[in-house]
Amino acid sequence: MATKILLEHVGVEGIRAIDTYLAHGGYRSVGKALKEMSSDQLVEEVKTAGLRGRGGAGFPTGMKWSFLDKKSENPRYLVCNADESEPGTFKDRYLMERIPHLLIEGMITASYALGANTSYIYVRGEMMPVIRLLEKAIAEAYAKGYLGKNILGSGYNLDLYVQPGGGAYICGEETALLESLEGKRGNPRNKPPFPAVSGLYGCPTVINNVETIASVPWIVNNGGAAYASIGIGKSTGTKLISACGNIRQPGVYEIELGLPVEEFLYSDVYCGGIAEGRELKAVVPGGSSVPILPKELILKTAAGEPRLMSYESLAEGGFVSGSMLGSGGFIVFDDRACIVRNLWNFTRFYHHESCGQCSPCREGTGWMAKVLHRIEHGHGKMSDIDLLVDVAKHIEGKTICPLGDAAAWPVGSAIRHFRDEFEAHVKNPDSCLAKHLHGAYAHAASIM
Amino acid sequence: MSDLLKVTIDGNSIEVPPGTTIMQAARQLGGKYPPAMCYYEPLKNTGGKCRVCLVKVAQTSEANPRPMPKLVASCITRVEQGMVVENETSKEVLDARNGVVEFLLINHPLDCPVCDQAGECDLQNLSYEHGHEQTRYEEGRREFERIDIGPYVQLHMTRCILCYRCVYAADQLTGQRVHGVLNRGDVSEIGTYIQQSIENEFSGNIIDVCPVGALTDKTYRFKQRVWFSKPFDAHRNCDKCCGKVVLWMKGDTIIRVTARKNEFGEVTDFICNNCRFEHKQAADWTIEGPRVIDPESVIGANKYELPVVSPAVNVDAKFVSE
Repeated sequence: MATKILLEHVGVEGIRAIDTYLAHGGYRSVGKALKEMSSDQLVEEVKTAGLRGRGGAGFPTGMKWSFLDKKSENPRYLVCNADESEPGTFKDRYLMERIPHLLIEGMITASYALGANTSYIYVRGEMMPVIRLLEKAIAEAYAKGYLGKNILGSGYNLDLYVQPGGGAYICGEETALLESLEGKRGNPRNKPPFPAVSGLYGCPTVINNVETIASVPWIVNNGGAAYASIGIGKSTGTKLISACGNIRQPGVYEIELGLPVEEFLYSDVYCGGIAEGRELKAVVPGGSSVPILPKELILKTAAGEPRLMSYESLAEGGFVSGSMLGSGGFIVFDDRACIVRNLWNFTRFYHHESCGQCSPCREGTGWMAKVLHRIEHGHGKMSDIDLLVDVAKHIEGKTICPLGDAAAWPVGSAIRHFRDEFEAHVKNPDSCLAKHLHGAYAHAASIM
Repeated sequence: MSDLLKVTIDGNSIEVPPGTTIMQAARQLGGKYPPAMCYYEPLKNTGGKCRVCLVKVAQTSEANPRPMPKLVASCITRVEQGMVVENETSKEVLDARNGVVEFLLINHPLDCPVCDQAGECDLQNLSYEHGHEQTRYEEGRREFERIDIGPYVQLHMTRCILCYRCVYAADQLTGQRVHGVLNRGDVSEIGTYIQQSIENEFSGNIIDVCPVGALTDKTYRFKQRVWFSKPFDAHRNCDKCCGKVVLWMKGDTIIRVTARKNEFGEVTDFICNNCRFEHKQAADWTIEGPRVIDPESVIGANKYELPVVSPAVNVDAKFVSE
């Protein structure tokens, strides 16, 4: 059985209550960190662990923490990014819903490491039940003395707040999140300055994903070296993968990084294979924004090596034949799925969620969505396919924030790997696989 | 001085003080500096949005000779010692700029023949330099109703390119902010909360900072094409602003008053509504002399030549054959 770091106690009855959580070793890391370790030691420990940002970019967390401007006289802030809204990604929600105290514990330990006395959890506005759970958990932590003034007699003070977002995907981008947290319109900021220097209210700020922060207590309790011994190469530790699509067992799984994709997809411990005895067609391995990979490239790399669930292995081959681990939103398509229809759906999402601040993303996302709508509904032209590639190319890397890239990558990759399907849609619109599957789509929509 | 930073743009070098942006350095160098649709030097925090000023940094600095991984917005990127920038000399930059101009135009109505801004429109100039002759866009364009915001200004959102300049102008020049951006993405719109009118003494400046014809002067509406009116520098004693303006005359009549702009199309001194809208008599002003117009400007004489029709294309024959 693989090591469980985040989901170890998820199945325990009443784990949402602080007493049960304490009985299962909860809040141990707070005592250890505050009484036995200095903040620099904590940062070093996280660096040793090799923990990488679980929000999608995979940036080393210890390094991010060490960038924090500690010379500044301004207060420092830790902000937890719980604005999880990437299509196909639902791991943070699961974690906060099942075991809210783990996040609170991680927030206390991480805030102490950064020297922050006020911290925020910015939760996606649609997840109201999660917000209520977190607020209840925070109240319990205050009552037990894990939050507030002079925590456990250590002299360290911390106030923790939950802030609901207004329901915008863009507010998951860290600087847009800060704008939103400050009460402004959620537009991403120009960088530099980076949040580590000038973040929330112009003060040094670290923004981390829920899963990243929830990994910190285990690292404090067991040591960075123990964490680094799990996983493969620079992909250390475990990762939550939210598997969805037409698989036998959709859900959230904690895997040790380095697990072969084939095992994850077909093992009964995880996805359990493709449902209804169908064939695998393609996988989007890290949330809707990462490139889609066809069957032959998701199970094996272009060089013929088995593909592993790790930052490096999934990215092998660059964007020509690789993808990204991203946020761990593992979306599986079987042989009935229509790639064109799926891509149209993704571009519709990015069009709807673009903040409209910079021109390429504001105009380009809408253009791609409209062209794909035309192709999917039988009014496409052959030249539209190259047009889409060209529009995506003009968005990618030209925007203020990564939303432009996130909108462009799925388009480029889908046409790269499934061009014949787009051409078939143009030549014979009735060949669309999805047309004959209204029942299946209605079913998918009803469970989403 | 030793603390000046040396930056090379398209092969020409200049030394500038720390904190200077690539755009500012390029403007000081003269020649072909990157275009700007959203950046406006007199207004704080503008820039970074329109992405037409993207340039390639071929060498980040002396200490770090690697190129920057992506094209950067020259209006917000600060120079470093020994930075090497490619603007017009980079194919990648020109291609990106073409792309951005195309994006800006797909939702623009191209109603230049009936737009008061035509002739002094930044988007017109930009697309003349960098645009395509034909559009690849076949879908419907974004449309909005025209809105009167206050007695003097009309907002025609359909033409807006969402540069946010007017938002910063309204925020920074006027006492109370009632003007901002509503909605999201390509349906965002400039507006006032529940169509409140903008009534303060400097609101007219949002017309001058608008790079396109989205915010226009209602007192000048359809009076004259810009290139048929004659600009004069003039001033009057005003207790609210500097009183230094440009009068746009048709014969002896003042048909429009605007603030003075520098060679980069940026207002040098913002003027009050009283000067702009309420003094349309020649007797109100001391005329200094004709406004010097850059011969390259579209309102200079003979800027545009008639298109040269290639003899290889016989237009009539094409129609006949169809």
